[in-house]
Amino acid sequence: MRRLLPYPLLAAALLLLWLLLQESLSPAAFVLGSVLAVACGFVFVALRLPRSGSRTLAMRFAPGRLMALAALLRDVAVEVLRSNNAVARIILQLPGARSGRSGFVVIPLDMRDPYGLAALACILTATPGTVWVDYNAARGTMLLHVLDMIDEEQWVRIVKDKWERQLMNLFE
Amino acid sequence: MSATLLGWAVLAAQIMLAAAMACPLWRVLRGPRAQDRVLALDTLYVISAMLLLVFGIRTGSTHYFEAALLITLLGFVATAALAKFLMRGEVIE
Amino acid sequence: MMAAADLPLWAAVPVALLLLLGSGLALIGSIGLMRLGGFYDRVHAPAVVSTLGIGSVLLGSMLYFSVLQTRFVLHEILIGAFVVLTTPVTLMLLTRAALYRDRRDGSDEVPPLPDPPPRDE
Repeated sequence: MRRLLPYPLLAAALLLLWLLLQESLSPAAFVLGSVLAVACGFVFVALRLPRSGSRTLAMRFAPGRLMALAALLRDVAVEVLRSNNAVARIILQLPGARSGRSGFVVIPLDMRDPYGLAALACILTATPGTVWVDYNAARGTMLLHVLDMIDEEQWVRIVKDKWERQLMNLFE
Repeated sequence: MSATLLGWAVLAAQIMLAAAMACPLWRVLRGPRAQDRVLALDTLYVISAMLLLVFGIRTGSTHYFEAALLITLLGFVATAALAKFLMRGEVIE
Repeated sequence: MMAAADLPLWAAVPVALLLLLGSGLALIGSIGLMRLGGFYDRVHAPAVVSTLGIGSVLLGSMLYFSVLQTRFVLHEILIGAFVVLTTPVTLMLLTRAALYRDRRDGSDEVPPLPDPPPRDE
């Protein structure tokens, strides 16, 4: 099973993608999509990606973990809405929109899992107003550029308490 | 009634998106540095995908969806390659 | 020219609002690209376009075609997923490239490489 389907989640996502592109649930679409999904799994084996932890499939789909994932997605959606509003106000220079200047913040991180760090980078960059710039693996610090810097301490707290804690629950 | 409403909304959206394409275009021409131009080009890709989607709504045809999908995919590859080029001076190491 | 003559009003109103919201946000984002000073400020502007901007246009398109063809038209989700996954990557790559170039040119606008031990790139 492991050799035939090395990345089951990836294969399922690819099959879903194929069915959405075809816009059909016919057996032919299923068969072709499954063949493509399994074949792409072999390509990923050839890439030799780092394995994330040693979780089994059952542990990945534990109800608690799915709930935590849903909570994270909800938080990301709320944060995207909030920061879109904030950045739009800064761009239009509405009164009282901006309380600080832009600048770089160095944030020490406790997370070491590569996939958790990648998720953190994507969340921070996808929300307008913050861009992940650099990660220093030797020191475990990241460099963040912030459009509206109130003070550095507050941004360190936001990243560590709001995102890093949730992601460490999911990935470590 | 709903056709009139949608017609005006689509027209307004198209005008706003066309104006939104003019700003990155100005930034592409103006610079000042190469990374500014690449950033503006990336924004142009996303806005043109949006314009195609709005055009699909206007004509009531789903064929524009494929074009929008292709633009977002090609835009990503192009921007990634350009960023790589800015960093190292070569695309493939 | 419009194929929307038979769209009920309860669907037409949200579609129109979503279209106006999305294109308005795209306009705001690109004005930001033009108006903000400095590359590191400008890099925040496209995120507005490619999260909520294209998101609401996609949602409007999904709603429109689902009601028009009386079936679920969901393939707009694909564009949404691609944009959500690729935008952070391109913005990060560009910011890193800009940082590298600015450090190489000795600009004092960017933080210097952390010393000791200096990381060799």
